[in-house]
Amino acid sequence: MLESFILLLLFQLLGFVLAQVLPMPLPGPVLGLLLMFLLLLARPRLAATVAPAGDVLLKYLGLLFVPVSAGVMLYFDLLRAEWLPILVALFVSTLLGMVATALTLDRLLKRIEARRQPETETGHE
Amino acid sequence: MSETLIDLWRQFGDGALLWLPLTLIAYAAGLRLNRVAKNSPLANPLLIAIVIVVVLLVVTGTPYDRYFSSVQILQFLLGTATVALALPLWRQLETLRRFPGPLLLAIAVGSLVAASSAVGIAWALGASRETLLSLAPKSVTTPIAMAIAEQIGGLPPLTAILVALTGVVGAVLGRWTLNSVGVRDWRARGLAVGTVSHGMGTVRAFQVNEVAGAFSSLAMGVNGLLTALILPLIVKLFG
Repeated sequence: MLESFILLLLFQLLGFVLAQVLPMPLPGPVLGLLLMFLLLLARPRLAATVAPAGDVLLKYLGLLFVPVSAGVMLYFDLLRAEWLPILVALFVSTLLGMVATALTLDRLLKRIEARRQPETETGHE
Repeated sequence: MSETLIDLWRQFGDGALLWLPLTLIAYAAGLRLNRVAKNSPLANPLLIAIVIVVVLLVVTGTPYDRYFSSVQILQFLLGTATVALALPLWRQLETLRRFPGPLLLAIAVGSLVAASSAVGIAWALGASRETLLSLAPKSVTTPIAMAIAEQIGGLPPLTAILVALTGVVGAVLGRWTLNSVGVRDWRARGLAVGTVSHGMGTVRAFQVNEVAGAFSSLAMGVNGLLTALILPLIVKLFG
């Protein structure tokens, strides 16, 4: 547990420092995530070390959004003025994005698997 | 005696000791209500917790920044938890290895369609710049979405709520939408739900089908990273 926290905190710090140094605009915690991901790729065994604290934090991830989200109380006026465009955009874009992803992968997989089928058959001959 | 009572009350009034447990209680209440509602995506624990906390803040006349400073530890841990998202992403790597090209392409297409249509529609309907920038990352998992919103000049609290609502829409309408366009493949269905409605879609996908859940989880992680890498650049170039 302790080692897990130490690693996560060090990568959080690393991400923060890197975000200050890099010329591209990237959020520090996301850079920390990327670095941690690269670490796991390089040393898969470390996953067991990172997991104890990491999985607890992820289990209650929703709780950690509350402090910032409650700040919505500062934007009641904006919500009152713009709720309609926001809701329409939200509904339509979510459904469009979902359909776009599903159709793209569905078609690509069908094409690949149709091509693989005859290949494996000729491979057996 | 009464002096110490007043002292105690002041400490409560300052909130340092009060708001942290209250926030945990509000979230626990959200989780419990969600369980009572049989894990329905409509009873979203985060949205319930936000409503409880905001009502308490408004009723007690507590300014938001005082609340925020007394629960800052949670905000700090959010950064730590974001780093920990590397774990589920790494665990889904096997899923990606099977068809890396098609999977990445499909996620990128869906991500682009979702973000650009959201911004386009809201813009056409007259939304403000702040709203547009808060909407752009709304298909991404909350910790990453809030970090992006902050980066590009959106409003992180608004983004957090839009992300949660997007999750509700995707989780509730996913099955109907995918049926109506005739996509039966669990891999495509899972990937689609995870790309546009992140963690909530993923939870729902796992309830329906194991394969769909794995693909949804992968899509959530990849779309988070993709959007974090690309969106700030786009805003910098065209914003």
